[in-house]
Amino acid sequence: MFADLRASLEDSLVRLGDIVAFLGRIMVQVPQALPRFQLIVDQVYNAGALSLVIIMLSGLFVGMVLGLQGFELLQRFGSEEALGTAAAIGLVKELGPVVTALLFAGRAGTALASELGLMRATDQLSAMEMMAVDPIRRVVVPRFLGGVLAMPLLAAIFSMIGIYGAQLVGVQIMKVDAGSFWSQMRASVGLVDLNEGIVKSCVFGVACSLIAVYEGYHAAPTAEGVGAATTRTVVTSAVIVLFLDYLITAFFL
Amino acid sequence: MRKSRAMNLGTGLFVMLGFAALFFLTTQTTSRGLSFHSEPHYRVTAKFDNIGDLKVGAPVSMAGVPIGRVVGIGFDSRDYKAVVSMNLNAKFNQIPTDSDASIYTQGLLGGKFVGISPGGAETFLKNGDQIDFTQSAFVLESLIGQFLANMGKSSDHSKSAGDTGEQKK
Amino acid sequence: MNQAPAIVEIRDLCYSVGGRAIFDKLTMEIARGRVTAVMGPSGTGKTTLLRLVTRQVRADSGSIRVAGVDLRTATRARIFALRRRMGMLFQSGALLTDLNVFENVAFPLREHTDLDERLIRDLVLTKLQAVGLRGAAGLATAELSGGMSRRVALARAIVMDPEILIYDEPFVGLDPISKDVILRLIRRLNDTLGLTSVVVSHDVQEVASVADTVFLLSGGKIVAHGTPQELQTDPTEIVRQFVSGRADGPVSYHYPAPDYFGQLLARDGAS
Repeated sequence: MFADLRASLEDSLVRLGDIVAFLGRIMVQVPQALPRFQLIVDQVYNAGALSLVIIMLSGLFVGMVLGLQGFELLQRFGSEEALGTAAAIGLVKELGPVVTALLFAGRAGTALASELGLMRATDQLSAMEMMAVDPIRRVVVPRFLGGVLAMPLLAAIFSMIGIYGAQLVGVQIMKVDAGSFWSQMRASVGLVDLNEGIVKSCVFGVACSLIAVYEGYHAAPTAEGVGAATTRTVVTSAVIVLFLDYLITAFFL
Repeated sequence: MRKSRAMNLGTGLFVMLGFAALFFLTTQTTSRGLSFHSEPHYRVTAKFDNIGDLKVGAPVSMAGVPIGRVVGIGFDSRDYKAVVSMNLNAKFNQIPTDSDASIYTQGLLGGKFVGISPGGAETFLKNGDQIDFTQSAFVLESLIGQFLANMGKSSDHSKSAGDTGEQKK
Repeated sequence: MNQAPAIVEIRDLCYSVGGRAIFDKLTMEIARGRVTAVMGPSGTGKTTLLRLVTRQVRADSGSIRVAGVDLRTATRARIFALRRRMGMLFQSGALLTDLNVFENVAFPLREHTDLDERLIRDLVLTKLQAVGLRGAAGLATAELSGGMSRRVALARAIVMDPEILIYDEPFVGLDPISKDVILRLIRRLNDTLGLTSVVVSHDVQEVASVADTVFLLSGGKIVAHGTPQELQTDPTEIVRQFVSGRADGPVSYHYPAPDYFGQLLARDGAS
């Protein structure tokens, strides 16, 4: 039993190394891929604009729940006005980057992985190689950059809508004083917190996009292979994001 | 190629929205924020010995009703007092000039706010006036200090009355 | 045997996958300007040979020279430069699904050249005309039939005027009409454009009508080569089996298995 555990641990580490090596290959090609700006813009659209609906809806609901739970909890200490602080800090530092990353992995990550996997399975990537076009430069890098650029923006949108949601519940419904809500928030939330959130969303963006393009590019060229690649994308992204979340939080403290 | 124009438009909108969100978060949630005042107001000031942790943006209320907001906190180096500037809603322009301003705490552990109790004068506060009667914030440490000091005094009494050899500071 | 100079020279090629030797000291030459067919039963590694010749995979040992370039020592840049002089038609066509027909054919031009948009348009339409699909330039890949997408892929393969054209199983899954279309195209393009064509296939009749030289592979070795007529009269067992399409012969019908009655009578399952 332990042999199996050890083997799977080794496999995971090897895969991690492969993923990092793949990042190296991608980064080398970035300067040459940049001139084809239209490709990157298309991918920012695919990864970002198309994810807007789910991000905004989720942000709204998460913010509203935060408003409810936060209000209920703070009310026990008579500190309802701190709701603004609680919502802002919770969203900007944690929920914004993390939940956005998880949703991103589920929506955009799987789309990237399955698209690349399908291109692999239908020989499109081999055809490109045969036409002396480097598929990494033409296909992988724009998708990777699209995800990396889209993630921080999505996380910011999530946090903004979340704060609105919290405000909706707290101020409009629970009648917390609007002034206190915002003034306490402004006083307690600093640029450091915002920085932490932005750093997190950028790092998560790199991680999720990298994992998605890696799994898609290296998918087995069959229907099951593509399916397995998309599943692995979501699972690996989730674990890595949560792990990195801890690291970055600890780093900032 | 024909899809490109629509896609670029969508991407542009998305990126703009993203930056708008970042702008919002930077300015509306942090202390470097901007504030938007839309209603007409007039400004009054008040000096306090101790404002505790009163913050800019804290509400100003009268009889529990919010009538304005703290917009500035300064320090007078001549009489070593805190100067609090407040914008009061122009609707509430019949506050007697001898009213007093005190700093209260919201709830048990909440933030501070300014409460105004009306006086009896016949003239009313207008823009640029100062409220002369103030009461400082309730500071927990001072109360504890007072409490301990009182305890010390009472133990002194019991010492001089009847010596029991207690060692109390 | 070949009067024309060789454009692809393979010497003592060895390649194995997972312990199984696919090619064992394979030696062959592909003549310039001719249509050469590589045939054999399924699974003999015909497609693998193509991938070795285009260096999508590397040989274990032996040498492969394509148009004078030694694939073993060439740098990635040289390989890419070489590939620009080659065109390959994949079994599935392998068109890029996010581009339409015109854009697919224009793809190599856009990637490798700085040509004016009008020039690209002219080139693309010319190549599409050569394969008979100029009117389909605006269609999306999903709207194409199997035969049509293969022809579009062919137009794409010749758009950069290559010296060598490689066809990987071009007749698989086509109806007789489409097969004939492709056959004529292979011959006509080879002759009018002065190409060298390599056709990997197992369709004996089709290939025989179009090839100048045929190599028959089996078990990782060349078991016969010559003109199609020579192969028809070759008395070797395996050639006879392949050419006449017999189910059983040197290429066995049965997958290796233990004794039949023994297995039926045995108590336990599949083994």
